[in-house]
Amino acid sequence: MDVAIIDYKAGNVYSVIHALERLGLRPVLTDDAERIRRADKVLFPGQGEASQAMSYLRKTGLDRVIRDLRQPILGICIGQQLMCRHSEEGDTPCLGIFDVPVLRFQPQRHEDKVPHMGWNSLKLKVESLEFKEDCPLFRGFEGGEYVYFVHSYYVPQCEWTIATTDYITPFSAALHRDNFYATQFHPEKSGSVGERILQNFLEI
Amino acid sequence: MLAKRIIPCLDVKDGQTVKGTNFVDLRQAGDPVELGRAYSQQGADELVFLDITASHEGRKTFATMVERVAATLSIPFTVGGGINELGDVDRMLSAGADKVSINSAALRRPELIDEIARHYGSQVCVTAIDARQEQDGQWQCYINGGRIPVGRSLFDWAHEAQERGAGEILFTSMNHDGVKTGFANEALAQLADRLTIPVIASGGAGQKEHFRDAFRLGHADAALAASVFHFGEIGIQELKQYLKQENINVRL
Repeated sequence: MDVAIIDYKAGNVYSVIHALERLGLRPVLTDDAERIRRADKVLFPGQGEASQAMSYLRKTGLDRVIRDLRQPILGICIGQQLMCRHSEEGDTPCLGIFDVPVLRFQPQRHEDKVPHMGWNSLKLKVESLEFKEDCPLFRGFEGGEYVYFVHSYYVPQCEWTIATTDYITPFSAALHRDNFYATQFHPEKSGSVGERILQNFLEI
Repeated sequence: MLAKRIIPCLDVKDGQTVKGTNFVDLRQAGDPVELGRAYSQQGADELVFLDITASHEGRKTFATMVERVAATLSIPFTVGGGINELGDVDRMLSAGADKVSINSAALRRPELIDEIARHYGSQVCVTAIDARQEQDGQWQCYINGGRIPVGRSLFDWAHEAQERGAGEILFTSMNHDGVKTGFANEALAQLADRLTIPVIASGGAGQKEHFRDAFRLGHADAALAASVFHFGEIGIQELKQYLKQENINVRL
């Protein structure tokens, strides 16, 4: 399988590369539009600051490339945030794949530390009977699984939310619309649970 | 709910773990990568690898080890020891570490924290503080592995580190370290209640109850230990089961 990781100079992507290698793949890290378009699966990971990341994506035209992709693409962490409409971080217009804003956590109590960092549990959006078909990312999941987060901004719950996590407020731990998938947490750092999510994504 | 974290710490010298281990099923008990993998499988939430090598050659060996850890482990890990400037941080992150822990270098030149936070984000920067409670009851910071007092109060320095952009404070009580009678819960609680960033408790773990108390009385966000895990005195899975029974939220 041909897996492309979008290279847009947003932090450390080694852990995503390693995680895919552990699943037996040889992903290619690239900013080449053609190379990304012809991949079977695309990953859009990253850490960093939203306005800088978006200005790089616009400068290189990768913003349009990402929006127009037809194959499954998985945004991770800031990747998820950039796929939304707008981020409070640097008052940044984003890709608009998910028409929802990205907000900064507002601590309510002393214990509410920002960034939200560490292992927290998933609550799957199971109201829908079609959930299992709708949501291949969490195939085999029951809810309550722990995954690893590091972030100061969050995506509120919206119609594309497929899993929530509760920290200060319940927020979107994962999103799905058509071929676009996204997780706020880091599957590549989430032990065997994270490996299953990546494997599920690769099997879509 | 955000889980309290259990963090085994591995001291590494010339590419090998220093303390002995009771992991009979390991091919190479002294191999930090094998040991890290075993801890990860048992449910460790994060790992810390501390380079205690002095030589230049040893440092290179450590960087190679970090690359192997990154390729093998699927949980976050921090590296520390010998990180004195931004170039050291860059090498460790490029090798695949998620976070770096800085100690003496930050007390000698506090701007290092600002630089790391600005270049890589606060989440990368763990500021480790070795402190001792002196006769007068005050907590004082030490550098060079606890050998030299620097005349700074633990609480002042921790607060300054936070303001400069540290992502977490790893506080080791020199009074408690190695004694196995529990963590410095009073000082921990004071730290945790004053700071807005997570506090990692270190020094003093001997029994499962000590971890419970570090979370419950010390308000710590994470607890770190070395020998109780290395010598198999406490199993990580067993510890987490116990904490769960005690109504402390852990990842099982």
